[in-house]
Amino acid sequence: MTSSTNNTLSRWPTDRLLLWLLRGAAAIAGAIVLLIVAFLVMEALPVLRHVGVARFFTDPSWHPAEGFYNLTPMLWGTMFAMVGSVLIATPLGILSAVFCHYYAPPAIARPYRRLIELLAGIPSVVYGFWGLVVLVPLIGAIHPPGPSLLAGIVILSIMILPTIALMADASLANVPPQYLRGAAALGLPRWATLRGIVFPAAKSGLFTGVILETGRAVGETMAILMVCGNVVQTPHSLFDPMRTLTANIALEMAYALGDHRAALFVSGLVLVGMIAALVAAADWISHGRIYG
Amino acid sequence: MGKARGRHRGGREGLATTFVWSAAVLVTATFCWLLGDILWHGLSHLSWTFLTAPPRNAGREGGIGPILVSTALILGVCLGVAVPLGVGTAVLLAEFTTDASLFGRLTRRSLDVLSGVPSIVFGLFGNVFFCKTLGLGFSILSGGLTLACMVLPILIRSTEEGFRAVPAGYRLSAAALGLSRTTTLFHLLLPAAVPGLLVGLVLGVGRAIAETAALIFTSGYVDRMPESLLDSGRSLSIHIFDLSMNVSGGDTNAYASALVLVVVLLAINRTASWLAEHWLHRRIVTV
Repeated sequence: MTSSTNNTLSRWPTDRLLLWLLRGAAAIAGAIVLLIVAFLVMEALPVLRHVGVARFFTDPSWHPAEGFYNLTPMLWGTMFAMVGSVLIATPLGILSAVFCHYYAPPAIARPYRRLIELLAGIPSVVYGFWGLVVLVPLIGAIHPPGPSLLAGIVILSIMILPTIALMADASLANVPPQYLRGAAALGLPRWATLRGIVFPAAKSGLFTGVILETGRAVGETMAILMVCGNVVQTPHSLFDPMRTLTANIALEMAYALGDHRAALFVSGLVLVGMIAALVAAADWISHGRIYG
Repeated sequence: MGKARGRHRGGREGLATTFVWSAAVLVTATFCWLLGDILWHGLSHLSWTFLTAPPRNAGREGGIGPILVSTALILGVCLGVAVPLGVGTAVLLAEFTTDASLFGRLTRRSLDVLSGVPSIVFGLFGNVFFCKTLGLGFSILSGGLTLACMVLPILIRSTEEGFRAVPAGYRLSAAALGLSRTTTLFHLLLPAAVPGLLVGLVLGVGRAIAETAALIFTSGYVDRMPESLLDSGRSLSIHIFDLSMNVSGGDTNAYASALVLVVVLLAINRTASWLAEHWLHRRIVTV
């Protein structure tokens, strides 16, 4: 704000001390990411060195005790769960925001928005628990065994829906009102206004929301661990049990030793890599480059 | 032609309206189902004894007394570390760096990435760094420190917003009076930025209480009453996870614990939005 320079031009020695203290705090806060990556790499290095990167994709199976480290079933598990839940949550979340802004009477819009906020505050272990005791038996009744990719997709969709709904809500609120007045003056009906004017104007906010929810879907651990059955296999149908990268870490970290433990850190690195790519994409979009 | 198009468009409008309303109804129904289920099964089991008694028989019977204590201790450690660090960083970013400065940009970017890091990765990191490298073992201290890393980005972001919401006139007048920037900070800016700090604090507490994955390998599973910060302690969320996954017949107590967790979190969430809406607004307008 008014701090136009980095150096306080102040003659007070306390100011210089304060500045150094604050710089120290910021340096620690900023260094945590580096520390995390450094420790992940350090722990993963032994297995990367004498097993190599390729074998994480070409080994016959994931049997760390016998020295087989194929991560692809878990990668597919993470991918399927992510794509499925994003496909469900995105339209529902955007329609929710549209509902709040353009369809609901004010008496409904306010409580509905509050409800989405509450949904965002419910912890993942509670979602997982509910999925385990309600959803899984329900799916099991339709098509055994019950713990499945489908259960994971449904739970993840509910969990990430508030993220996209709140982001979409914020970006719809930012659409300049003169656009809407223009549309009203042209006599455009509601959906035509939305499709032709509001969505294009809010595009970058909506895309950022999608990226944020994708990040949540990739990183979610507990809920998906509780409802997916955790069998290491590439799921071939929605009703197959499967395991994600995150669940794999949570399940095996307790007893993993040596190369096995290192292999879990490799999957941690893969997760951080995915998130870093998503953050970079969000950054790119928020600078408006999606239009060009 | 015009008529046909009009009818076509009317159909599309009707369809869109149907879709929008059904999406809203679907979301509301799911929410009510989830909350109703937990209320229905949890409420019958909730009592004062449940909140204070120690768990017995692997948690199937008894209460959650020691678990609440562990949760509070983990939270205390987390905030004790995260608040000074977070406020310091926020002050630096909001008051002492410009948007163009390299240090500020790097710090902000690194915090952006940090806020996206999956919680299980924090668990891995906490396990290696706090439990192994620093030798803290599976303990409340390790768990709290791991959570502190996790809530820092949220805390910093809203505290920074709190500082940015303070009118520039404050700083200019203080500078005109020849006050040192330290005095300005502690006597003018910090009090005025308290609402933003509180919002961040409440959001951070919410995130920390809800966390499970980062705690399994840092604070551990032990459900006894902790005697020191170096003891392992089980948080409420881990208790729910353990009861539902590893203990058969633990569902009743898991429901009651889930209800406690949800009620606490909803209370925290309401406080955060109330603070953000009322206090933050009023404070900045009237002061």
